[in-house]
Amino acid sequence: MPTMFEMIGFSEQGWGAALLKGLWMTLQISAGAFVVGLIVGLVVACLKLGAPKPVAALARGYTTLFRAVPELLMILLLYYVGSMLLNSLMESMGYDVVNVSGPLAAILVLGLVQGAYASEIFRAAILAIPYGQIEAAKAFGLHGFGLFRRVTLPIMAPYAMAGMANLWINLIKDSALISVVGTNELLYTAKQAAGSTRQYLLFYLTAAALYYVVTLVSNYLSGRLERRIRRWMPVVD
Amino acid sequence: MIPAWTVEYASLLGRGLLTTLEILLISTVFGFVLAVLVALARISKNTLIAKVSLFYTSVTRGTPLLIQIYIFYYGLGSLFAQFPLIRGSFLWPYLRDGYWYIVFALVVSVGAYVGEVIRGGLLAVPKGEMEAASAFGMTPRQSLLRVRLPRALRLLLPTLAGETVMLLKSTALASTIAVVDLLGAANVVRAQTLQVYEPLLLVAGVYVCLTFLIEALFAFAERRGTPVRRSA
Repeated sequence: MPTMFEMIGFSEQGWGAALLKGLWMTLQISAGAFVVGLIVGLVVACLKLGAPKPVAALARGYTTLFRAVPELLMILLLYYVGSMLLNSLMESMGYDVVNVSGPLAAILVLGLVQGAYASEIFRAAILAIPYGQIEAAKAFGLHGFGLFRRVTLPIMAPYAMAGMANLWINLIKDSALISVVGTNELLYTAKQAAGSTRQYLLFYLTAAALYYVVTLVSNYLSGRLERRIRRWMPVVD
Repeated sequence: MIPAWTVEYASLLGRGLLTTLEILLISTVFGFVLAVLVALARISKNTLIAKVSLFYTSVTRGTPLLIQIYIFYYGLGSLFAQFPLIRGSFLWPYLRDGYWYIVFALVVSVGAYVGEVIRGGLLAVPKGEMEAASAFGMTPRQSLLRVRLPRALRLLLPTLAGETVMLLKSTALASTIAVVDLLGAANVVRAQTLQVYEPLLLVAGVYVCLTFLIEALFAFAERRGTPVRRSA
């Protein structure tokens, strides 16, 4: 009977290496979903602000729906519907049925949920830009993507920063939900370890501690990043 | 045009909805009481109380809710099962059921999330109003209960609406520990009728309706709670 310390250690009987691998998978899924959410959020925010009415209404509907339905339900729904749609598509095109890869599906599902929240943050941040700044940029001859990259983005970034940092932490926590569809991230690994050793408390507490460390480190880093992004802003005291 | 399974499983889904609402209501009430206490502890002048409550909110908000539920249900649950004294006691039927674990986990979670929100609200109440209260001869407790807390809650109503919607969505995690809530009921239907996603779509619609209901209730409270401004 190995001791508790050996069980979470890195020896042959230990689950330490497996848990760290799970943590790595959690970080990969979260980072991937964050990027997807960032892109979806920016596009949807621009659609809500500037697209023709029906498209803007559609974008608003997406935001409302994805923020009102429980994440767990959304994950189950998109996972099953998504893999079914993909398989019927593959069949109709004459290919074999594919097994949807867990991590990739997880990234897409979490990214879509994330995008709904991010779009609201970006919308508010873009609206916070004084319109004179945009006008001035246009007067200088900037337009299109150049205007976005050199004026809109740097001015809105500090406004969006705090919200996005919160979303990142939420994303890490939501990524634990992916374990219910069997992707071997941190919580799933902890579940396996707990089930096979019957040491539920030990493994769940260990996994919780790992999540907590990620949250603390994220908080520290986002604080640093925020100071950097805000450096053009006048200091208020 | 109504699919047959919705009729056949209507009572199961109805009971699931009731369970979800029950969990939501119980954890809102107890969670809110805990949250007020946590908020007061967070702004306490006693450093020990302030530090301990900060640790509590930080850990609760820094780890996934699902893992907290597992810690309570599987971790503590398996610990309880080892003691014959607990197994034999009248409490055991409750301690075996996932229901009270999810309620407990949600109360702990609401206490931390809403506690931080209320703390922000208490700090946002203008200092002059507190001074006015004590100038009227109110004791610290009276001025807290009659001025500071009501003012803070009024300021926070929109945020609290958002937190309640979050709580509604969190109740869906009950289905992961074999509680038959709304999502749990949908999963039972899926297993018995072999439909992959139709039941999920149905309950997703119900969750959206509940969200609108919560938002409408808070909007109503906001209108009622706002004194009519006289035009000068």
